[in-house]
Formats: sequence, structure tokens, C-alpha cells
Amino acid sequence: MVESSQNENIEILTYSEVEEVGGYIGNFDVKIRKKARFVDIDKCTGCGTCYQKCPVKVPSEFDMEMGMRKAIYVPFPQAVPNVPVIDKEHCRMFTKGKCSICQKLCQADAVDYEQKDEIIEDRFGAIVVATGYDLFDASVYGEYGGGRFKDVITGLQLERLISPAGPTGGHIKRPSDGKEPKNVVFIQCVGSRDIEKGVPYCSNVCCMYTAKQAVLLKEHLPEVQTNIFYMDIRSAGKNYEQFVQRTMEQYGALYIRGRVSKIYQRGDKLIVKGADTLVGIQVEVEADMVVLATGITPRHDSKNLAGILSIPYDQFGFFTELHPKLAPIETVTSGIFLTGACQAPKDIPDTVASASGAAAKVASLFSSDEMSMEPLVSTIDTAVCSMCKACVEVCPYGAIQEEEITLRDGTKKKQLIVLESVCHGCGACVSTCRSSCIMLRGMTDEQIFDELMAVAQ
Amino acid sequence: MAYGYYPGCSSHGTAREYDISTKKVCERLGLELKEVEDWNCCGASPAHATSEELSLALPFRNLALAEKQGLNSIMSTCSACYNRLKVADEILKNTPEISSRVSEIVGESYNSSLKVIHFLDLISKELGIERVKEKVQKPLADIKVVSYYGCLLTRPPEFVSVDPDPENPTVMEEIIGALGAEAPDWSHKTECCGASLALSRTDIVLRLSGEILKSARFADADCIAVACPLCYANLDMRQAQISSMHGVDYSLPVLFISELIGIALGIGYKELGMNKHMVSAKTLLTEKGLI
Repeated sequence: MVESSQNENIEILTYSEVEEVGGYIGNFDVKIRKKARFVDIDKCTGCGTCYQKCPVKVPSEFDMEMGMRKAIYVPFPQAVPNVPVIDKEHCRMFTKGKCSICQKLCQADAVDYEQKDEIIEDRFGAIVVATGYDLFDASVYGEYGGGRFKDVITGLQLERLISPAGPTGGHIKRPSDGKEPKNVVFIQCVGSRDIEKGVPYCSNVCCMYTAKQAVLLKEHLPEVQTNIFYMDIRSAGKNYEQFVQRTMEQYGALYIRGRVSKIYQRGDKLIVKGADTLVGIQVEVEADMVVLATGITPRHDSKNLAGILSIPYDQFGFFTELHPKLAPIETVTSGIFLTGACQAPKDIPDTVASASGAAAKVASLFSSDEMSMEPLVSTIDTAVCSMCKACVEVCPYGAIQEEEITLRDGTKKKQLIVLESVCHGCGACVSTCRSSCIMLRGMTDEQIFDELMAVAQ
Repeated sequence: MAYGYYPGCSSHGTAREYDISTKKVCERLGLELKEVEDWNCCGASPAHATSEELSLALPFRNLALAEKQGLNSIMSTCSACYNRLKVADEILKNTPEISSRVSEIVGESYNSSLKVIHFLDLISKELGIERVKEKVQKPLADIKVVSYYGCLLTRPPEFVSVDPDPENPTVMEEIIGALGAEAPDWSHKTECCGASLALSRTDIVLRLSGEILKSARFADADCIAVACPLCYANLDMRQAQISSMHGVDYSLPVLFISELIGIALGIGYKELGMNKHMVSAKTLLTEKGLI
């Protein structure tokens, strides 16, 4: 991130949202709302005095609400740019109208409570969508406590406990009483592959992150015993299976094939009841902490973004690629590419590969002055066209536009044209046109008749 | 307006005190109950284990009778009765083809006009817990009561639930809290007691009900509140056996929610039929100055 921010060809707009996208490949007109962060990026030196002195404490989103942040804060230590933002919902200046401690203490005079959202309108050649994912909300699993038990945490929460920059400084302490856990249960497929309560698909990453966390736990706390309830171990990646085997053999993780039916509290222990389907018995594990491997879901607002970008999404809200095997990065809208988990659950290598792919696609698009396209596109015979615009309505790609031309006698006339770079040759306009003035190149009525005649002879 | 009352078989047998106390409490709270005339068995678990049609036909007749007798609702105290009536009512309401088939078998018609409720619904939703609180004469102060729901009061949640959260219901705790007692959260409120395996596989009942008693003891409870005659039978009548098996004298009175309400409303111990319990609550209630 830091490297990208220093590259003169890269401009990073953080805390900003795309609001409107018009135009087409090579000429996307994008309206971006740069939200007011109430701190001047150019003046701020990133000294940190403001958030050290801010009196308001709020649960930190980045620490999965396991630690606290201030009302003026940098989301996480490596954030780019290293400039704080004021959380309007909690800042006393916005809720009560007084405080202004951060403003008084800021030596660079960067805090500005009056700052307004800024709208940026610009033209871009291509768009890469990399909006990521949300975590499955495990509170629907009432049998796992539904959020009632403090020591039942998610994988991402454990990740924060392990992190040296996390709320416990990298010491693994369970949330209820801060004790080091001795016996930890992991439950895989929480939300994933569960048609009743969650989603039917596999979240792809949980088997491996659970194994990794079991290893890290053992490295941090050599006395710990890890128990992993799983459905299948899906370790289909380079060296993945060896990693899982190592987790079992060298790090002593006990893998139990079966689901957990119930967790309940007994004193300061959590009793995990489940099945071991390989042995065919019911098991009960007395745990100090339980980690739920919650699955991946699309971003909560992905359908809204899909509308803005005119790209399709599947029944869950993941963006749909042009072709699942042959065009996994492109979308049906030329010039818009997908990368990462906004398309489907992906792990790090897959995400890096798809990001590199998208970057290469964009680079090759930009590298020449001409663009090669499929020849099968529509054309309009403007001499016949009555301008009823029925074709404009049916075109799923927005490829038919109105343009104004000047005739030889100087009068101006409006006509419809097909943007060849946007048209996918689907033929919807051809069958809609009442005056038959739209043809697919290479598939005109005459050509098809000729073919039929040849076949008939 | 009178509420239709479906007592079910256990109210005339092992859980007579549930029937007696419910009637007394409703009288005191001004809730008029009208027993469904000529009611039959709800089918409980044997019917739906045998035949789906039988499991719907038995409650169908009860529903049809209640409707015919001009009742608007049908309230049961037993959770199995409630469950069967409610599930049948939902299925009959939503699938006309099943409804007409069952109607043909029974020879009665039912228009799905009844509100099928449990005693807990009657107290919490129809009357309102606040109204009960107003009428409390002897607050159950200094008593720790754990609420045991068992399985049939909240499952299957798409048809049946006396509480919006089937995994962690709290309606009994709310009622008990209103009576002045302490109603702590505990671990085994919806675990299975072994139910009707009581006769065929007593060992399973002893194990499962034993876990419940153990957890209640762990939660430091003075007594267990139940709203199901079968849960009661397993926890109360089998308690001596479980105690000797575990080598622990549990002595945990298992009381119907109606009995607890009755005591708090100032109704007498014998009047509520509470002398019928295997594990007597007399010592506990005397100690706390409630009887």
C-alpha cells in the first residue's frame, strides 16, 4: 500500500465511494464522493496527538470489537494514508457540539469540523472491482450461543488476538477473564455449506486459516490443545495438504469429523457437544475458548454497486464474471474487471493471481491505440431507422446511443448508433427492431437465407 | 371471553396438580376456561411415529370440536398437546388437500379459526406478565428457580414457539422474575429429558434427566420450573433413582409454572395440589415463609 501511494502514476482515494458510472470502455465517466474525514490530508503530519488525547472510546471495527479506538482514529496502524478520520456518530463535537480537544492540540491545524464531502468527476479507461467480502454473521447459530458467550469468537477475532498490533499485543487471552486458554475448539463451516442457516457454497479459505491458527496457537502457547470439528478438509492448493498434515502431526491438532450440536457454559468452561462421525460416537469437549470459522459472504452493499456499474451478480450477491472458465476476470460490461473475493470466496494466492490478471488486462487494453473486438456487432441502417428507440430499451449493455449529425445542407439531424466497443452481438436489438434496420454483421437476413438455401439444395 | 381448555391425558393422571393449579390460577387471574367437551388423545409422540394421518386426525377432531363448541381459542398446559395441536393446525391451514383428506377420515370439518396457545402464551401474551405482577401477594423472594422448557415448547420453531428464540427462550424466566424469584440463565433449559423413552429405555432417560438435574444443581437452583407433564414426570418421579445413580441427593423440587404463580398469588399449598409431588417442595417453601 505504501509503495502504491508513492507511485506517481497511482492516486489512492480512500474513504471515498463511487456514486455514478456512465460512459463505456475507455471513456468511463465516474462520479466519486470523497467523504469528509474532517482532517486535512495535506496538513496532517500523522503525529497521532489527536487520537492519543481524544476522550471518546468506541469499540474498534478493525479489532473486531475486541479492543477500543477513539472517535478520531486511524483505522489500523498500517493504514494509507496515515491520516486520522473523525467518526461523526461518536465525536463529541458532532454529538454534543463541544470538546474540540483534537483541534486545539493539532499543531498542524489540520482538524476541520466544517469539512464537506467532495465530489470528484473524472474520466477513466477501465474499472477494476475489488470490493472484497463480509464475514458471515454467526449470531444466527443460537446453539453456539448466538453471541451470548464471550469466549465463543470468530476466526477473525482470533486473528486480532494473535496479532502483535492487536488489542492484547499478541498475547492470546480469552475475552471473558483474560486467562490463557488451555483447550481450544475450532468449528469449521459456520455458515458455509449450511443450506438451513447459512449459504450452500464452500467459503474456500476456512480450512486453511483454521489450520494456520491452530499452528499459531500452539506456537504461542505450547501447552494448548486444539480440537477441530470439520466436515471435510478442503486443502486443494499447492502445499496445502502438507500444511494440514503438519498441523496434525507436528502441532498436535486433533481433527474430529463431525458437527457441533450445542455449546453451553459450565462455570468458566464451555462445554462443546458434537459428533465424531468417524468413530460413530457423541463427544463432549471441555473448552476454554471456541473459535468459529465463519464463512465468506458478499459485501452487504454489493447489489447496489452492481447497479451502479451495470454488472450482473449471482443469487448471493457475488459479481458474475463473463465466463466461469475462459473469462474469469472480465465482466459482461467491457472495460470492467473483477478481482478478489467480490467475485467468489478466494484465498490470498487466488486473489493475487486474479489481481495480477486484472492489471494485465487493463495494461494490455491501454497499451495500444486500437482495440480488437469480436466482429459480430450490430449496425443500424440510419436511412431506414425511424428513431422509435425500442432497441435502446432492450440493449442490456447500453451500447446504442443517440448522436447528432450535420447534413450537407447544414441542417442537424439525430440518429442512433451502435458503440461497437460496447456491443456484445447478443442480437436483442435485431429481433426487436420493427423496421428491420438493425443487422448483426456477418449475420444479415440475406446471408442466413443463402445458407438455408444452400442447405436445402 | 372464555379460553378453550384442552387438558390432555396427563392432567387426569400423572400431572393432576398441573390441571388443579392451572384452574385455580386462571380463576384468580380472571381468566375463564371452558373445557373442550368430549376431547380425545392428542396423539403425542406415538401417533406421529406411527402414521402421519393419524397424527393429524387426532388433533383435528379436538380442533373441530372446539370450533363447533363456539370457542375462539384452545389452550393446553401440556407441551406435547400444545405441540401436536399447533403443528396440526398449521399444516391443516396451509395445505388444503391434507385438510380435506383428514376431514374425511374424522368426519368433522374444521375452518382453522382457532388460536392454538400454550399456558405460557396465555399468561405472557393473552394476559400480560405485568397483570400477573400486579396480583402477586407473596413475592417468591430469595428463591432461585431455573426454568426448564424441554423440547416441544420451542420446536420445530417454524410452527411452534412460545418464545421467539428457540435456542434460548426466556418467557418462563420473565414470568418467574415477575413473581419475585431469581431466574438465572443456565445451560440445560432446552435439552432433552428423554421424554417418552421413560418406559422403553429408562437408562437413556436417567442419563439425560440426570444431566439436567446436575446442571440445575450447578446453577445453584432451589427448584426447577417446568411447563410439561412429561418433563415433570422424568425429573420429579425419576429423581430418587437418578440421585442414587449419581450418589448425590439432589432434592430439587420440580414445580409447574402454574404452581409457582399460584403460590405467589397466595393460593394454598394443598389447594394447588402440590402435596402430590414425589420431591416435596414443602420444606423449601416453608423455609422461605411462603406457606
